[in-house]
Amino acid sequence: MKKYILDLKVKQVERIHQRYVLIKLTHETTLPEMLPGQFVEVRVDGSPSTFLRRPISINFVDRENNELWLLVATVGEGTKQLAKLKFGDVLNCVLPLGNGFTPARTGEKVLLVGGGVGVAPLLYMGAEMKRQGIEPTFLLGARTADDLLMLPIFNMYGRAYVTTEDGSMGEKGFVTNHSILSEEHFDRISTCGPTPMMKAVARYARQNNVDCEVSLENLMACGLGACLCCVEKTTEGNLCVCKDGPVFNIKKLLWQD
Amino acid sequence: MARLNVKIKDLELKNPVMTASGTFGYGLEFADLMPIDGIGGIIVKGTTLNPRQGNDYPRMAETASGMLNCVGLQNKGVDYFCEHIYPQIKDIDTNMIVNVSGSSPEDYAECAARIDALENIPAIELNISCPNVKDGGMAFGVTCAGAASVVKAVRQRYHKTLIVKLSPNVTDIAEIARAVEAEGADSVSLINTLMGMAIDIEKRKPLLSINTGGLSGPCVKPVALRMVWQVAKAVNIPVIGLGGISTAKDAIEFLMAGATAIEIGTANFLDPTVSIKVRDGINAWLDAHGCQSVSEIIGVI
Repeated sequence: MKKYILDLKVKQVERIHQRYVLIKLTHETTLPEMLPGQFVEVRVDGSPSTFLRRPISINFVDRENNELWLLVATVGEGTKQLAKLKFGDVLNCVLPLGNGFTPARTGEKVLLVGGGVGVAPLLYMGAEMKRQGIEPTFLLGARTADDLLMLPIFNMYGRAYVTTEDGSMGEKGFVTNHSILSEEHFDRISTCGPTPMMKAVARYARQNNVDCEVSLENLMACGLGACLCCVEKTTEGNLCVCKDGPVFNIKKLLWQD
Repeated sequence: MARLNVKIKDLELKNPVMTASGTFGYGLEFADLMPIDGIGGIIVKGTTLNPRQGNDYPRMAETASGMLNCVGLQNKGVDYFCEHIYPQIKDIDTNMIVNVSGSSPEDYAECAARIDALENIPAIELNISCPNVKDGGMAFGVTCAGAASVVKAVRQRYHKTLIVKLSPNVTDIAEIARAVEAEGADSVSLINTLMGMAIDIEKRKPLLSINTGGLSGPCVKPVALRMVWQVAKAVNIPVIGLGGISTAKDAIEFLMAGATAIEIGTANFLDPTVSIKVRDGINAWLDAHGCQSVSEIIGVI
């Protein structure tokens, strides 16, 4: 898929949580084609300690309004600087990068499992499925009800099941404890979130013989497959998360624990 | 429009801007984003006789105005390069130069010989300065005898333009440059990365899997510039300057310090189109200062 380097315009920055902002970007021409699971490398201006671009997954592409949404966890200096963007500011982006989730086929039952800011790419994935007439099922985990991001929007595109660690919403516990996993069979699970969560989901998938793909977020420099910094050990040797991923089928990974 | 073409021995560059090994893949990765044939040369990933897996993750740490890496020469080996990659890059209309590394002078020479046979690879850059591999790499580049031994072995089997990439992790880089010149190197490029380290104080562990790595980016530029100036004074072969170049101004400094051409490395990660901007910026500067040719500013310091 053709890559672009674009100066995108900030349309809106919404503080949706103490630790997360939703940045809506647009461009004077139609935004390029992007697939669910792909990401964007954004240049962070105005933060002296942020040297490299920051990889941010594509949260949603609103074709009607020509918008690209990025859900950003404000964890370090770079992402905190991104949160300060205002309407009309310019954000230089290289996009779209990497390979996305396997597209769902008609009749397939796909479960999209997300945790924390990892729910971000699952919204676009679910929305694209819905657009093709395939109902997605979401399973979203968070520490507390307050930490569940964009839940009303997820509900617009499919069934959303929830777990919270403190039991303040949905079932108490981790996503892998949710009853939906024992009650229904899925043809595939696509997951994104903290590594321990994805490893637990992968373990469940292996044990239950469900096809499963995970979206990794190893530290990156170039985002283009040039520097070989973000490698993950796989059955095919060290592969770049940025170019060969970020989505990998668990059969390819050496996650056997 | 000033004349931008320069020569590195028999190698004709349409302009003095190249991209540094390990920062620009095989060029193809950047082809969507910029006209890759618009620069003077592309130095592709470090290639070794046998495939190498490189070091474990994490291989990268961001630092103040730069980054550390310990990739460790991950590549699929020279035969894979010749069979699968060369056909994809051989028709790119600029100098496609292969960076060659090894763990013994014989390895280097064999790898170089196989690349010698590739018609559209007009030059190699011999990497005797990788700080991230135990066997070979920088081990050869930090002594005159080691550097000379590799160049001597390669020179017997490689007949095109031979560039030798020098390590800054030495007491006297000019001495190493003279040693490789004496063995028949056609050019030297410098600097490779400076060995560095970073620690996660919460985990009380180094941030890189092998503890240390090579520092690159704007933070190394003054050191690189000083070394280029010293080496340019010490040898009669053309010098290629690199180390933290991110703007046309940076590039012009290196040219004035004595570099005939320059390489852009880490800056490609920040702006994948930077090399074209540097080329255009050099041209604009020359025009603004009434220079007919880039050669008028090379080595004026």
